[in-house]
Amino acid sequence: MKSLAEILKEIRPEFNFSTSTDFMADGMLDSFDMITLVATLDKTHGISIQGVDIVPEHFKNLQAIDALLRKYGIRP
Amino acid sequence: MNFTFHRKHISGILAVIPAHERSFVEEMKNFNFPESRSLKLKEVMGYDKHRLVEPGVCVSDLAVCGLEHLFKNGLLRREEFDALILVTQSPDHFMPPTSSIIQGRLNLKHDLFCLDINQGCAGFLIGLMQAFLLLEQESIRKVVLINADVLSRKTSPKDRNSYPLIGDAASITLVERDAEDSVIHANLKMDGTRHEVLMIPAGGLRLPSTPETALLEDVGDNNLRAKDHLRMDGSAVFNFVQVEVPPLIEDLLASAGASMDAVDYFICHQANRFMLQKLADKMKVPYAKMPSNVVTHFGNSSGVTIPMAITFNLADRLRTGHARVCLAGFGVGLTWSSMLMRLGGLSFCEMIDYP
Repeated sequence: MKSLAEILKEIRPEFNFSTSTDFMADGMLDSFDMITLVATLDKTHGISIQGVDIVPEHFKNLQAIDALLRKYGIRP
Repeated sequence: MNFTFHRKHISGILAVIPAHERSFVEEMKNFNFPESRSLKLKEVMGYDKHRLVEPGVCVSDLAVCGLEHLFKNGLLRREEFDALILVTQSPDHFMPPTSSIIQGRLNLKHDLFCLDINQGCAGFLIGLMQAFLLLEQESIRKVVLINADVLSRKTSPKDRNSYPLIGDAASITLVERDAEDSVIHANLKMDGTRHEVLMIPAGGLRLPSTPETALLEDVGDNNLRAKDHLRMDGSAVFNFVQVEVPPLIEDLLASAGASMDAVDYFICHQANRFMLQKLADKMKVPYAKMPSNVVTHFGNSSGVTIPMAITFNLADRLRTGHARVCLAGFGVGLTWSSMLMRLGGLSFCEMIDYP
């Protein structure tokens, strides 16, 4: 199973996501990348992240995404 | 706000779609994004093809084409309807109303109530509500409801947020009294404080079009658009739909005393596939009961997408049989609305190409 880091690298290979605390503010993810990320996480983990959870604060950095995945029972 | 309408029904639906088809893959080179990122988005959002009018084609052209088709094929007689409602955000002119232009081009009778409504993705439901209200008058026997938009003409081809999903189209829906004691339930909400989420900033009197408003600008998201173009805050629209629409439909069904299982189809505005599948997941509705394929084949044509989803997915069933459908429209305004009705026995339910 792909790790979160690998999934992010596939979406935006040009960035090192471990160094940023705010992917949106740093220009590393835009709202459409966020949707691509959600679709990949859904498929990878067999979940459906609810629409109301698809907001920038849940995809701000690695810790925020880990916390969101935990909400859906996924242990990173 | 809740509504009930008695003894009214839809008796026919025609969709008119420009013959000119473009593909997302062809257009990717226009966007300021690597192809690999655009292709991922294509897969998630369901972008593939969309139908766009040729330069110079207006809403009245699509509407006249559709009405002439109905007249020519004996599906509607020109003297049998007493009101013509046009719902559009892309009128031929500021003035006169485009509904009057359609009346004039077809030499329709003077005893005709013509009305333009400026609405978008909830425009099919709002148009139906107006049609039902007009049918309370004895003098109005049938209403022709036209939904039409050619918003590709107001969308930047270099804006990957909007251009790939836009489609142009028109629909003609015939609405009349029902001999049976039928009841249609509906609800509607609006929030004008969020009107900037979906707008064309320039071209009205607040900010008239000038050479400056026609200049393409990068506002920081790698998309180039002018103030004369459609601007959509995709995240805000997505969040609005996911937060507001499920409770709206739950309230509708509760007020109608109907369960989710009693609905055969949820026909929602076809924003994009991802948004609709998330809506279906939230509402625990199987994807087969909530079609989301209109954007993939035709693009998102605002208020036309609900009738187009019906003609594309349910035509055979609704010409001969009936289904209990929940319609939901949501978008510009912001406006969100849903409607529960028994739909079927349609005298026409088809799609034609323009020209």
